[in-house]
Amino acid sequence: MRTVRTVVVTFVVVFLAAPLLVVAVASFNADRFLDFPISRFSTSWYGQLVTDPQWRSAVNSSLAIGLASATVAVAIALPLAYGVRAHRPRGSSLFLGLGVLPFMLPPVISAVGALVFWNRIGNVGQIENVIIAHGVFFSTVPLVTIALGLDAIDPSIGEAATTLGADPRTRFRSVTLPLLIPSIVTGFVATMVLSLNEYIIAFMVAGFTVETLPIKIFNALRYGFTPTIAAVSVVFTVLSLAALTLLARIGGLERLLGTDLADS
Amino acid sequence: MSALATGVATAAAPADPAVGDAGGLLLEGIEKRFGAVRAVDGVSLRIPSGKLVSFLGPSGCGKTTLLRLIAGLDTPDAGRIVLDGEDVTARPAHRRDIGMVFQSLALFPHLDVNRNIGYSLKLRHTAKAVIAERVEELLALVDLDGLGERSVRKLSGGQRQRVAIARALARDPSLFLLDEPMSALDANLREALQVELRLLQQRLGITTVMVTHDQREAMTMSDVVVLLNAGKVEQAGPPLELFRKPRSAFAARFMGPTNLLEARVVGRDVVRVGIRDVHLEPGAHDKVVGAEVLLSVRPGDAAVVTEGLDDDDTLRGEVVFVRDLGGTSECYVDCGLGGEPLVASGGGRVHQGVRQGDRVGVHLPATACVVVEP
Amino acid sequence: MTDLDIAPAPTTREGEPAPNDDEWEAPRPRPRWGQRALVWVPALVLVAFFVVPFGLMLATSFYRRVSGGFYEPAFTTDSWARLASDFYVGRTLYSVRVCLLVAALTTAVAFPFTWFLTRMRARRQVPLLIMILAALTLSEVIVAFSWNLILGRASGITNVLVWVGVMSEPKALTPGLGAVVAGLAYIAFPYCVITLFPSLKRIDRELTDAAGTLGASPSRTFRTIVVPLARSSVLAAFLLVFVFTLGSYIVAQVLGRPEHWTLSVFISDQALFNANVPFAAAMAMLLTVISLTVVGGVSFAASRRARLESV
Repeated sequence: MRTVRTVVVTFVVVFLAAPLLVVAVASFNADRFLDFPISRFSTSWYGQLVTDPQWRSAVNSSLAIGLASATVAVAIALPLAYGVRAHRPRGSSLFLGLGVLPFMLPPVISAVGALVFWNRIGNVGQIENVIIAHGVFFSTVPLVTIALGLDAIDPSIGEAATTLGADPRTRFRSVTLPLLIPSIVTGFVATMVLSLNEYIIAFMVAGFTVETLPIKIFNALRYGFTPTIAAVSVVFTVLSLAALTLLARIGGLERLLGTDLADS
Repeated sequence: MSALATGVATAAAPADPAVGDAGGLLLEGIEKRFGAVRAVDGVSLRIPSGKLVSFLGPSGCGKTTLLRLIAGLDTPDAGRIVLDGEDVTARPAHRRDIGMVFQSLALFPHLDVNRNIGYSLKLRHTAKAVIAERVEELLALVDLDGLGERSVRKLSGGQRQRVAIARALARDPSLFLLDEPMSALDANLREALQVELRLLQQRLGITTVMVTHDQREAMTMSDVVVLLNAGKVEQAGPPLELFRKPRSAFAARFMGPTNLLEARVVGRDVVRVGIRDVHLEPGAHDKVVGAEVLLSVRPGDAAVVTEGLDDDDTLRGEVVFVRDLGGTSECYVDCGLGGEPLVASGGGRVHQGVRQGDRVGVHLPATACVVVEP
Repeated sequence: MTDLDIAPAPTTREGEPAPNDDEWEAPRPRPRWGQRALVWVPALVLVAFFVVPFGLMLATSFYRRVSGGFYEPAFTTDSWARLASDFYVGRTLYSVRVCLLVAALTTAVAFPFTWFLTRMRARRQVPLLIMILAALTLSEVIVAFSWNLILGRASGITNVLVWVGVMSEPKALTPGLGAVVAGLAYIAFPYCVITLFPSLKRIDRELTDAAGTLGASPSRTFRTIVVPLARSSVLAAFLLVFVFTLGSYIVAQVLGRPEHWTLSVFISDQALFNANVPFAAAMAMLLTVISLTVVGGVSFAASRRARLESV
């Protein structure tokens, strides 16, 4: 069994890492085209990322959309999750189902829906369309992390605060919210990473006016390969890895997965 | 303890105004249902101020529900709760003058010890310096000096429990409530803390209600024990009274191991167990001759004898098992009555040398025999 | 002095569990509007920006396409009829088959992998989990791009094979069915692991230990203990991966020829490049129905399983 385990794990690691390694290698190749192995080493393509105004604007757009949509997602998810868990209104499962539904469906559906919607309203191709569409589509992520976070709080803690004299609002502010911060942050960061990488919704809703990073990469792909694309991909991946490692530090991985990691 | 009134079933049992105790806790006709289940089914009690009362009973008997009703964490379907002369039935929990220790202790994980303890004072916008002083005082009270800046996650079980106690007492409440406070602790720690907590309560003189399922704990700490069964008060009184004079088989069994013998009344102070007459104390029962009753005799009172096997009050039998624990030993004697063998651990020295298979007698002294309702 | 009068709380509903429930709210109902706003406001936002667009999309599928790429409100079933044509039915079925294949391959590898993952110590587990999650967050564009590179003629894996001597000259493996499958498997794999992780984690270590003491080899234990216990979770993961890959757009378009395109590609193609939004809307509805059926079926089965397990 030991060997089976090694084989499977190694295969998976290689499978997952291989494309990234190839891309990373390509990003350092001085030539425009790829030879294998690389002919000359260069970091000029990374430089292009910073100097080329088009790439810079794409990065800015993506970051702005990422931050804004993550905020929207949390703004939707936090009251929803807390309201359902704390007050248990009738039809709780309906509210939660509504929160989960967008994410369950293939993104292209949300993309077409959003396209039709904004066409109707007449606000075509604006960046806020993408922000709202992403915020709504990804609201499931913080909804899940916050709901799990709420479940993990010992109910007696809230009651203890009450017996110590805290009215419900104070209790939320001084006890519940501080304990929820890790879940909120996890939801926020995860949403941001997902939004940064998302293509089809952004494209359909405002793709011709707002060029996010994935859109730019895809467009660039059509018109021929430059190692700049490879450089972008590497930077992106490194950023995602950094964000996730940060999450792991604050114990967010468990919240994302909804379970403990190591043996309990 | 004559100030304690216990009522069973009817909400009409009135509080006795003649008792000159304006303080303390009064419960009248409390009822609480969860769906079809009657968790609390008509409980009326008066708890005098400054005393420690235990709610004792098996799980599901309603003791925790009752405590939560007193705390205001749930609302009763019927009845009144009066604390120190004020009707607080309609008052939400955060406005009752209580301090509560929860079963899981419920310490705030994101606050250190100082802030946990000072939480209730901070809510009242007390001056920082005053809070700091009071927290110091409380830390000393519970023997946790110097641990104020520690994160609660880094404390041992016993330390966490003390923090929970200090926190509950911070604003000097009128009522101190504890929900199975020792259940999260190791057995030996539990015993030590029971004594400490009781001494603390006596020192502060604070009216205390404690929920427990452990009869030993209740007996160690309480002024009064309220035994609950299926939402009703089975019996209430000082611990030793419940132990020595239980009124029902349930109460007898719950307060400690006991022998329950089927007997028939043959006279005012005499019952027949098997073929033997057993004498009781005068006034031990009020049944008619010929009535079938249950006799409760605690193992510690039943003595194994090797002589006088045909005397009254002595049942003959064969030893089927001896549990020898060094300091004490228990003999399991089959007296031919059917059912479980009798357990006898009284008689001290006589037990030495008694072995499985020996034919012995079990002596049931009149003072130890109690007639109980089945 | 007694407090302001607040009506006693209503008795709890039937079937409410016993005391010590995790109801940690003070029982007194505060003004309803305050509480209700908490859930209704975000719910309304979701309705406005998800349900309404969705309904609009449904309506649009019946609209008439107008030359110039616009559409006007009407009621015609042209789009739906087109959807039912042989060509599109064929494409849809092909799409479904490819996604089923990918789901099967992915789950077959992810299942043992995740099992091993759950039995590891935290020190080894965390880096692997980070890698899995990182792969999950990778943009589909980057994934498609990288696989394009790996399978391409100029710089891909075939060059290595030539160098080693197995092949005579480098070949482009993309675009092609194999490329699409590889790409889809790549984006689906982390998703599959994440879905399987909690339920496999829950399988008590003592169960497998006990099997060992009774004489079962590790592989026997896996076959006779783990597989039956995990069966429903694996099935659920399989179906979820299937739905997930159905929604893939970029990988299919970049790594596949038009005959390999999935429904998602057609949808966006029609919406943006053929400017036939009503038809795109109709296809999107079809995709929705397929997805909801599968996801709904999985949740229903899962809740049934949970109820049985709690007995």
